[in-house]
Amino acid sequence: MFQVRIHGRGGQGVVTAAEMLSIAAFDEGRYAQAFPSFGSERMGAPVMAFCRIDAKEIRTREPVMQPDALIIQDPTLLHQVDLFSGLPSSGYIIINSSRSFDELGIGELLGKFAADHLCAVAASELAMKFVGRPLPNAALLGGFAAISGQLRFDSVAKAISQKFPGKVGAANVAAARAAYELALSSIGSPVAHA
Amino acid sequence: MLKQMEGSLAVAQAVALCRPEVICAYPITPQTHIVEGLGEMVKDGELTNCEFINVESEFAALSVAIGASAAGARSYTATASQGILFMAEAVYNAAGLGLPIVMTIGNRAIGAPINIWNDHSDSMALRDAGWIQLFAETNQEAADLHIQAFRLAEELSCPVMVCVDGFILTHAYDRVDIPDQAQVDAYLPPFEPVQVLDCKDPVSIGAMVGPEAFFEVRYLQHHKQDRALDRIPQLAAEFKAQFGRDSGGLIRSYRCDDAETIVVALGSLVGTVKDAVDEARAAGSQIGVVSICSFRPFPLKQVRAALQSAKRVVVLEKCLAVGIGGIVSDGVRKSLSGIQLKGYTVIAGLGGRPITKRSLLDLFASAARDELQELNFLDLNWDVVHRELERGRQQRRAGPTAENILRDVGVTGARVA
Repeated sequence: MFQVRIHGRGGQGVVTAAEMLSIAAFDEGRYAQAFPSFGSERMGAPVMAFCRIDAKEIRTREPVMQPDALIIQDPTLLHQVDLFSGLPSSGYIIINSSRSFDELGIGELLGKFAADHLCAVAASELAMKFVGRPLPNAALLGGFAAISGQLRFDSVAKAISQKFPGKVGAANVAAARAAYELALSSIGSPVAHA
Repeated sequence: MLKQMEGSLAVAQAVALCRPEVICAYPITPQTHIVEGLGEMVKDGELTNCEFINVESEFAALSVAIGASAAGARSYTATASQGILFMAEAVYNAAGLGLPIVMTIGNRAIGAPINIWNDHSDSMALRDAGWIQLFAETNQEAADLHIQAFRLAEELSCPVMVCVDGFILTHAYDRVDIPDQAQVDAYLPPFEPVQVLDCKDPVSIGAMVGPEAFFEVRYLQHHKQDRALDRIPQLAAEFKAQFGRDSGGLIRSYRCDDAETIVVALGSLVGTVKDAVDEARAAGSQIGVVSICSFRPFPLKQVRAALQSAKRVVVLEKCLAVGIGGIVSDGVRKSLSGIQLKGYTVIAGLGGRPITKRSLLDLFASAARDELQELNFLDLNWDVVHRELERGRQQRRAGPTAENILRDVGVTGARVA
């Protein structure tokens, strides 16, 4: 089983991101379970959502406490939430930031993680460029697919289009593709056009 | 058709396939996406021959369903938490009048303190109102139980609640197989009411009944529940024949054959318990779980048969009957009348407190050593409780408990689990 925990703030599409991940995994024939943790339903408040992916039926309903990957939609949460709780040193982290992990002041903290498991991508900027709104969730899923290798980009793109039909979906897919390619090159992988 | 979808939407689609004619709802918190989804289907013309009625309160929601059902319409509503309490009088009326309404409960806690999260306090509060209560373990079962619920309700002319864990199921995206219309039509015949308000053949429904007849009317409600004990497994078997999967029934056992310890649970918690049981089994424990799907009627005989060979029974409950402890435990103890085995009640998950596999494994280990109390509270923070009790001892005006404890535990929004 592969478990993802997504952190963000109310209004950033954290729950939708987890749902899209589950749709992408389902599309690849796997079992997936996405669910939110409603700490508080307020714009701007810290929000978490989870996605589990497995080859067999997922029965557990406990929150994800030992994630295999973290998607951090808002870097300002670094000082507010215990983001890395339960993440083993084999884990993956993708964060929405135009700054590197060192520039964010967490390079040393994350020293035990493999360099190609870590990725900072300016997802809000990509969303502004392609979608016209700073909603980083779809772009980060592209980055997640690239560094984790858990999902094909095509499945992620299809899930985004399913959630956001039409132009908005196409723009979000474009943002996700840009993030996917940036993430691949940031971890030193050749850009495989999926 | 297999789909990856939200539990609430799966329920909405299943309800729509049952061809409801009146859906009424009070669409604000505590409500789920179920009625929102159904409202959209009616508005889009996807669900035809159905009137969606926005009402002014939950009391009105069920009252409208009562009127519609009495007029011969297949009627549906959904609610949870404070919503079901606000309609409590109508809940008894629907059952007393014998109207086959189906209502989803997206199970949530009841305040005070205000809390929107999952536990079973809401439907449990109305457990003796005369409704059948079925608990769903997964979103697949939540969808399937609604199809069975309309059939059962209309056969017996008795209302049915389908209890679906709020957030844990209603807000979770899962794989759900949504049947096609022809399959559902083959399973669920059109509603043929046993009583109907018909201008051409006028009757009154809802007579004032004195001591000369009230008792008999009430007894007949109990009789319906007895009949439901026979019909629920039969309808589940027919469902399996039609749809090819196990959903519903009275109870289900998992790895209980040689079990010394049997856990009893309801709803989505059973999934996490099964995982914990597998892990405990791998470590050598003889443990299994019995899941109760039909809580009303309570299947005393079946529970007795499932538990009687065990050495001990651990009843996990998501509702605290303040002043006595467990509610499910009462039924389980009654089912075991005359059988000597150790029985433990464990209250867990109140107000959305996560129930983790780790805590369950510790609990099972304590149970196997018979170290549990008769009444236990899983992952209750005793330090917090003792500090609040101490504040009460220190000064008379100790202040409001909830606010004191919130200050004590600090900002929880920042905590992962």
